[in-house]
Amino acid sequence: MALLEVNDLKTHFRTDDGVVRAVDGVSFTVDKGQTLGIVGESGSGKSVTCLTIMGLNPRRSAMTTGQALWKGEDLLTANPRRLREIRGSEIAMIFQDPMTSLNPVHKIGDQLAEAMRLHEDVSKKRARARALELLKAVGIPRPERRLDDYPHQFSGGMRQRVMIAMALINNPDLLIADEPTTALDVTTQAQILTLIEKLQEEFGSAVIMITHDLGVVAEIADDVVVMYAAEVAEKGGVEQIFKKPHHPYTWGLMGSLPRLDIDVERLVQIQGQPPSLLRPPSGCRFHPRCPYVMPVCKEIDPPLTAVSGDLGHLQACHLDEETKNREAAKLLAGMMAEAS
Amino acid sequence: MWAFVLFVAVTVVTYIIFYAIPADPARLACGQRATAECIKRAAHYLGTDRPLYVQYGKFFGRLMPFSLRGTPHLKEPSLGRSFTNRLSVNYVVGHAAPVTASLVFGGAVFWMLIALPIGILSALRPRSLLDRLAMVGVLIGISAHPVWIGLLFAYFFGFKLGAFPITGYCDLISPSGSCGGPVQWAYHLFLPWCTFAILFAALYVRMIRANVMEALNEDYVRTARAKGAPEWLVMRSHVLRNALLPIVTMLGMDIGLALGGAIFTESVYGLPGLGKTVITAIGGFDLPVTQGVVVFATICIITFNLLVDMLYAVIDPRIRLS
Repeated sequence: MALLEVNDLKTHFRTDDGVVRAVDGVSFTVDKGQTLGIVGESGSGKSVTCLTIMGLNPRRSAMTTGQALWKGEDLLTANPRRLREIRGSEIAMIFQDPMTSLNPVHKIGDQLAEAMRLHEDVSKKRARARALELLKAVGIPRPERRLDDYPHQFSGGMRQRVMIAMALINNPDLLIADEPTTALDVTTQAQILTLIEKLQEEFGSAVIMITHDLGVVAEIADDVVVMYAAEVAEKGGVEQIFKKPHHPYTWGLMGSLPRLDIDVERLVQIQGQPPSLLRPPSGCRFHPRCPYVMPVCKEIDPPLTAVSGDLGHLQACHLDEETKNREAAKLLAGMMAEAS
Repeated sequence: MWAFVLFVAVTVVTYIIFYAIPADPARLACGQRATAECIKRAAHYLGTDRPLYVQYGKFFGRLMPFSLRGTPHLKEPSLGRSFTNRLSVNYVVGHAAPVTASLVFGGAVFWMLIALPIGILSALRPRSLLDRLAMVGVLIGISAHPVWIGLLFAYFFGFKLGAFPITGYCDLISPSGSCGGPVQWAYHLFLPWCTFAILFAALYVRMIRANVMEALNEDYVRTARAKGAPEWLVMRSHVLRNALLPIVTMLGMDIGLALGGAIFTESVYGLPGLGKTVITAIGGFDLPVTQGVVVFATICIITFNLLVDMLYAVIDPRIRLS
């Protein structure tokens, strides 16, 4: 049994302007100890997907359907009490902005200990010792001194380390990282990613890494879900996605990766803006921005289909296999040629 | 240091305003059929025949807790004597201040008791019936004048129902004359407290609601929920702890300000507090008493602002260390 199995998840928000379909039929699975990368532009529904799984959407405006089976138990219908037990102990989450994700008026040590004491009946002393252990594990210098410091005394990178420590304090089976490096500077980004990878090995947690950065995904993911406008555009193993990308949107993402090793005149960009989820485009949601658009794309939303009969690699595009193989090969050859 | 500058500025301005008013306390002291002789003597006696800066200098000299006349020695700071009844201003202010303080502190307790639950609940259920009612109440509370509210209360609860006394004040500790003691004190102050609290309650409901709603959207509140914290703990330890920080500041400053005299409420209920004292004093061109109340109010405001600053350093770690 998969650790987490998400089936046809839909999250819609009621707003004053109408219903925003933030997540519209997303399915994926995460196995024990595996890393799933969810990639997509801002507003493609990556974060909302994970907040929905955690039950952290605003209750009043969010409408959710589908399933999120956690070890066989549906999180979407679980009662709040059970959900609270799972949150923080079995599934933990770290957020995008470490500057605002820690409570400014509580000491770091207390916030870490709180995460532990919410789930385990341990003494304050024991929780503090565990907090110290975790601060050490995430590489905070002189951790015994910093337990009594407040968040504002930490830099952004250090705060994200604290967030990671807080997430791992109960040895969760799944760690959801929602763009954990976006708000950090480049050198810190690399450190945090390496840290997450290292700790994943140490703690044996599965990881869902939400990012808009394909480079990050290539680095640490086993499986990849590419999301576009609240839907899955393509998903598969990291090898398949990078060696045989089958969706024009994935091509676009790969084309817009900056490369340090070569001189590119300009980055290839995906034309246009991500669509409004209030009134998504007809047919394939990518069609207004797709360079390969065909008449059928405007009419029919392509279903997720297996690539060359491989159920591990699914894509949603009307283009014929031959064209896609050719275009993908061209793109990769181009990238290779530039690289050499 | 700045407190001192502020203090001097405020008192100087009071002197100048009094100087600008075309009224002569000396003439008033002599009554309607004042002779020139009498006015001259009274003016000399009150000190109003001297230039303004001399008057101010004397006032300031009296106020200092030491004297340089002869050998420098410590003395009791004095606010001078009233122009109209020659009572020591220290005495006048000293008697009026506890009344105002009773009104203000009691009122503060009232308005916090009203504002905290309503503000928090309407933040938790925005657009609910309670929230809408609260917002209408806030609008009324802010718009309605305390004199009008006071008169309504006095009429309905005091006159019609006879549930509370309409006017008068009873001392908290020492029974002077007819009534005294905590029960009578609270009984007589109940309506004034309600009246005084309404405006502030309205302002505070609105502010608490806004602060709590803002805090609810903070990332660290989501973090707390993601840790698996139950809702009451999220509220207490993460939302309210942050949302109420600015309320503490406001409360301290408002109390400091109000201690200078809650003029309207005191007038309606005939409370012998600072507000009523200052109204009477201004009516009688009684500069020393007015100045005394101004000095007292300034000291209150400065003190409470200082207290708030110090308290803030205790409750907000970000201030403490930076």
